Amino acid sequence: MEFSELLEILSDLHPEVDFETAEKLFDNKILDSFDVVTIITEVGSEFDIQIPADQIVPENFNSAKALYDLICRIEDDE
Amino acid sequence: MQTNLLEYLDATVLRVPDKLAFSDGETSLTFSELDSISRSIGSRLASDGIYGKPVVVFMDKSPRAVASFFGVLRGGCYYVPLDSEMPSHRIELILKSLGAGAAICDASGAETLRTFGFDAPVYSFDDIRDSEIVGDALASIRDRAIDTDAAYIVFTSGSTGIPKGVCACHRSVIDYIEHLSEVLEVSEDTVFGNQTPLYFDACLKELYPTLKFGATTYLIPKTLFMMPIPLVEFLNKYKINTVCWVVSALTLISSLGALDKVVPAHLHTVAFGSEVFPIKQFNRWREALPDAQFINLYGPTEATGMSCFYKVDRDFVEGEAIPIGRPFPNTGIILLDDEGKPANEGELLIRGTPVTLGYYNDPERTAEAFVQNPLNPHYPELVYKTGDIIKYNDRGELVFVSRKDHQIKHMGHRIELGEIELIANTCEGVSSACCIFDSEKKKLVLYYVGTVPSGDVVAFIREKLPRYMAPNKVIALDTMPLTANGKIDRKLIMQNYLGGK
Repeated sequence: MEFSELLEILSDLHPEVDFETAEKLFDNKILDSFDVVTIITEVGSEFDIQIPADQIVPENFNSAKALYDLICRIEDDE
Repeated sequence: MQTNLLEYLDATVLRVPDKLAFSDGETSLTFSELDSISRSIGSRLASDGIYGKPVVVFMDKSPRAVASFFGVLRGGCYYVPLDSEMPSHRIELILKSLGAGAAICDASGAETLRTFGFDAPVYSFDDIRDSEIVGDALASIRDRAIDTDAAYIVFTSGSTGIPKGVCACHRSVIDYIEHLSEVLEVSEDTVFGNQTPLYFDACLKELYPTLKFGATTYLIPKTLFMMPIPLVEFLNKYKINTVCWVVSALTLISSLGALDKVVPAHLHTVAFGSEVFPIKQFNRWREALPDAQFINLYGPTEATGMSCFYKVDRDFVEGEAIPIGRPFPNTGIILLDDEGKPANEGELLIRGTPVTLGYYNDPERTAEAFVQNPLNPHYPELVYKTGDIIKYNDRGELVFVSRKDHQIKHMGHRIELGEIELIANTCEGVSSACCIFDSEKKKLVLYYVGTVPSGDVVAFIREKLPRYMAPNKVIALDTMPLTANGKIDRKLIMQNYLGGK
């Protein structure tokens, strides 16, 4: 999966946010629970991976980069 | 006969004064603390001459906010919960229509209210909570109280762009709490895990049964509803056994696979509502908690909380709808077809004690929705027209069919699509807007024609509307499809959307 594809999913949800630079998406409440569910569902279906429930924690959702790293780790494990 | 909501607290504080009443995991109040704070607040309002007026409670979700509600009632006033996360534009609209007698705030709230031009007294909670209790004044207020006095106002989405303030009286709430408590089988051992915000009537389900039975409510921090496993761990840590959540909060846990890793071990009563429960998710919950009682609740804010209930008594397969069952005792229902005749399927009208007082300071919209019972020409009897189409199934259970208008439910919130469109149309550079709801993916999708990029439109809307009303996808169009009559062609837009165009 490419980073740009993840950015597209995120920008679709929040076109007003620059995800290449934004940090603390979770801590600053830029993402809400709807966003989290949508991101997990769309990343899951587009890239055929499942983000395990125990990985859904602030550290992994605070920036597009952190989320991308998580996805890469999951892909490597498979 | 009970005529005041605080009689619940009056009796319980004598029985279990030191029991935990409300907690958010960090701060807590016992019944005796709750009672004492409520008396202090009521006394202060009384000594400042604030009586029979709406009092804004502008605080974060916390036990202190709950104590403030009861304090407002002690003072013979009615509380109006506002949330600090509401966009300022909306708060301003509400404050303008309200003409409040006072406000109670967190430390930071007072300044915010002043910037909105709020000119009534503003009390800081830390200050007013220790006011001297004047027993005589409180007793005199109670002596004068009647059960049709207002208890609260909560604001809901309005298609004209101005939120509607639904105002309910003590008697309606008492009636609701008595019947709801029986259905949920609440007792002193009940430990509620509250999910819904305090600024909706949904939280009545936890607040007043807690007072009535001396139960305990944990106000679950909002951020946990983004993290399924910490959320379940919170339920387990505090031995929460009863939840009344919107469906999307329950499916957050089940759809992300959390139930495979950790089970809410103490949960025996799961009430849900406000949205259709996808059967696949529902069945995951039932498999994880085979012994729990699942209850579907249904009802509009205008009829005080919930009006109908269904205790799940059989299995459901995908494609089936979970019924809304039957009305609570002492709630009257009428189904009317298009011609205004009683029918097996039609618009639901609600009659009786649960019908609220109407929309605050809004006689026009009140008259549209609260009408003379069309089947009773003999004496005045107001009923509430829900706009919901309901039918009876073969088993004689009520089932929700659809809406008559463009109101939808999203993440448990009631939203008028027209309100989103109205705000989008006020964005500079937008000439036309149409909002649809993708009910399968649960997305609000806004189409617009204009000269500004979609990010600007979203940013504008987020400033004006609560975040649950912000579109989840925004699509620019060259032209807006119109019907022969020149109206926006919603059906075509929906078809194109579903067709992936």
